[in-house]
Amino acid sequence: MTDETALQRVKFYQTGTHTVGNRLMDKARRSVQASMDRSNAITSGHRACQGCGEALGARYALDAALRASDGQLVAVNATGCLEVFTTPYPETSWQIPWLHSLFGNAPAVATGVAAGMRRKGRADVRVVAQGGDGGTTDIGFGCLSGMFERNDDVLYICYDNEAYMNTGVQRSSATPPTARTATTPAVGDAPGNIFGTGKNLPLIAMAHNIPYVATANVADLHDLEDKVTTAMDIRGARYIHIMVPCPLGWGSAADATIHVARMAVESGLFPLFEAEHGRVTRSKKIRRRVPVEDYLRPQRRFAHLFKKGQEDTERIARLQRMADANIERFNLLGERETP
Amino acid sequence: MLKQTEGSQAVAEAIALCRPEVVCAYPITPQTHIVEGVGALVKAGKIENCEFINVESEFAALSVAIGASAAGARAYTATASQGLLFMGEAVYNAAGLGLPIVMTIGNRAIGAPINIWNDHTDSMSMKDSGWIQLFAETNQEAVDLHIQAFRLAEELSCPVMVCMDGFILTHAYERIDVPSQEEVDAFLPPYDPIQVLDPVEPYSIGAMVGPEAFTEVRYLAHEKQLQALRRIPEIGAVFKDVFGRQSGGLIHSYRTEGAETIAVALGSVNGTIKEVIDGMRDDGAAVGSVSICSFRPFPLDELRAALVGAKHVVVIEKSLAPGLGGIVASNIRMALRETAVPVYTVIAGLGGRPITMNSLREVLEAAGNMRLPDVQFLDLDHGAVEREILRAKQTRRAGPTAENILRNLGHAAVAGND
Ligand SMILES: Cc1ncc(C[n+]2csc(CCOP(=O)(O)OP(=O)(O)O)c2C)c(N)n1
Ligand code: SF4
Ligand SMILES: [Mg+2]
Repeated sequence: MTDETALQRVKFYQTGTHTVGNRLMDKARRSVQASMDRSNAITSGHRACQGCGEALGARYALDAALRASDGQLVAVNATGCLEVFTTPYPETSWQIPWLHSLFGNAPAVATGVAAGMRRKGRADVRVVAQGGDGGTTDIGFGCLSGMFERNDDVLYICYDNEAYMNTGVQRSSATPPTARTATTPAVGDAPGNIFGTGKNLPLIAMAHNIPYVATANVADLHDLEDKVTTAMDIRGARYIHIMVPCPLGWGSAADATIHVARMAVESGLFPLFEAEHGRVTRSKKIRRRVPVEDYLRPQRRFAHLFKKGQEDTERIARLQRMADANIERFNLLGERETP
Repeated sequence: MLKQTEGSQAVAEAIALCRPEVVCAYPITPQTHIVEGVGALVKAGKIENCEFINVESEFAALSVAIGASAAGARAYTATASQGLLFMGEAVYNAAGLGLPIVMTIGNRAIGAPINIWNDHTDSMSMKDSGWIQLFAETNQEAVDLHIQAFRLAEELSCPVMVCMDGFILTHAYERIDVPSQEEVDAFLPPYDPIQVLDPVEPYSIGAMVGPEAFTEVRYLAHEKQLQALRRIPEIGAVFKDVFGRQSGGLIHSYRTEGAETIAVALGSVNGTIKEVIDGMRDDGAAVGSVSICSFRPFPLDELRAALVGAKHVVVIEKSLAPGLGGIVASNIRMALRETAVPVYTVIAGLGGRPITMNSLREVLEAAGNMRLPDVQFLDLDHGAVEREILRAKQTRRAGPTAENILRNLGHAAVAGND
């Protein structure tokens, strides 16, 4: 049994958080975050909102990438919350070389950094590019697709908080149906974002046949770190899509970030899976399935679905069908042998 | 080595001699032959340690160059026209980050109406982006300016655009002295970056800057251009020592001694202008010309010194600021602000319209006779314009202007490989 499959098969019986305690893990598999001398790519003192999932996701991912690359890491950042809250002049939270160019060009800039490093005899320096969902699925999409298509040696990480947060919570092509944003207000017959729109970037990334695509979530640190480590072991274009709740944009409590993120997974709305060369190779089973309401209710962006006496049962059911379809498609209950 | 070759090919060879490490390419006429040429040299293994990256857009081309340059590599790309606009955001960004990228512009008009032929509207659209802009008068100068551009860019950590007229230069075959690798190596040291992405010394590059420091950062960008004003002639002098010929510099004056009327222009049209000057001088007219090689930084002092003795300054320019007139002329007026020398704008050569010796001579003579208006459009078909204005007055749904003008002139739509 390989290490990888062991992780899937060994069951840790716990109550409460459902996360695997660090002490139960093999030493080598323990989280970077638990180490006394953790790499700390983004150090404290940055200006993210309290409970920011993006700050958490970025630190988890980059610390894991730092460990995997032995500290030989460069990050390229698209414009967005992460860029703004980490580098208010003249301060910076970045403990690693970091380059911000524009909103829509991070994948191309990263391609250039990787090429430059190779030409300078520094192919050991690995390159991560990162951006929000807007920077990734919308304005940077052309550059991202180009980077994928050329199979450039870049790990691209999307921190998906399902809207343009830095500019004040506007709809992106990653905003889910019914969600209220500043440009999909909760008014009219069908308040919030409409159904039948949006794009699924992990699937689009897979369609480029790149060596590795994965989705991850801040509620599952070990899974996230494993995926980053796997990605860092591979050369070529890699894509990790991390769901990162945004308390400000989602209207969720600052201390509920991990809970909300977990409900997204447990409801099936955000499937966790890995794919190699265009084929899904693994999906992470749901531990204890919950109805989509459990995910939606703690977020004020969905409050209009749950108005007293006039619950929008029809559209909640439609969201449930989306979750069910994910569960079926990605085998999230483990009903099939193969993913 | 002297050889009969195409301007684009010669520039490609010059780029190769500069030992670029990352070259990004995206096709657009009339620049395409240059990157094709560089690509072929990379593929044939004739440029050591160089990656040629075919990207998906000009925006990506310059963005890849930005990343490569920040990683400490010598980066090059080329574009023109719509391509320069498409990468516009990255153009400002490269300058703001102070990355010494060299980019060729095969100067071409900007649509609509779409037009593949030469003028300077593309470069002018980026004149205030913070890039140094050098305009080549000949293909020999285009070759030489590229070699100088890398040295200038890297010394100052400021990107440089070498602008060469589309088709007129890029596609012209002529005798060009393409220097040897030894000469170029003697002139151009390896790139030693002032900032580089390095895990040993981790910088944050491209951080957000608020009102408390933004003005100072912008001032330094201006100051860098002022430094370039000093370095451009000095680098030109070193170039002359190594290669034995004068190329580049801030401006070139031609027969301006005692000239009453002086023509000013950028780029290849200076060749035609010089011939007109020769002809008029032969006929006893006191005329001369000044070619501006460095448009950014703009050599105010040198131009004032060159033009102050004239009675009329006629700026022949291949771009238009609609609603104002001339861009170059406005800049020249700044140079002559403390003098009473009148500056006339002649908008010429838009979208590839030939600039003929006869027409040039006419405007220079008109200026001498005080008959030149402030803004003149060279060889404008007034009849066609009047008819179209009238027609548009008579019908609300007048239709698309460009097509109407073509019909009006009796031309069928013209196709090109855009
Ligand atoms: C070309 C361009 N268009 C628009 C903007 C404004 N802008 C900056 S950040 C941002 C939102 C970023 O959203 P996302 O990528 O989802 O990241 P988040 O802030 O949500 O983490 C926008 C619209 C910009 N900087 N550049
Ligand atoms: S708005 Fe959202 S993504 Fe941005 S810093 Fe605040 S919590 Fe984080
Ligand atoms: Mg976002």
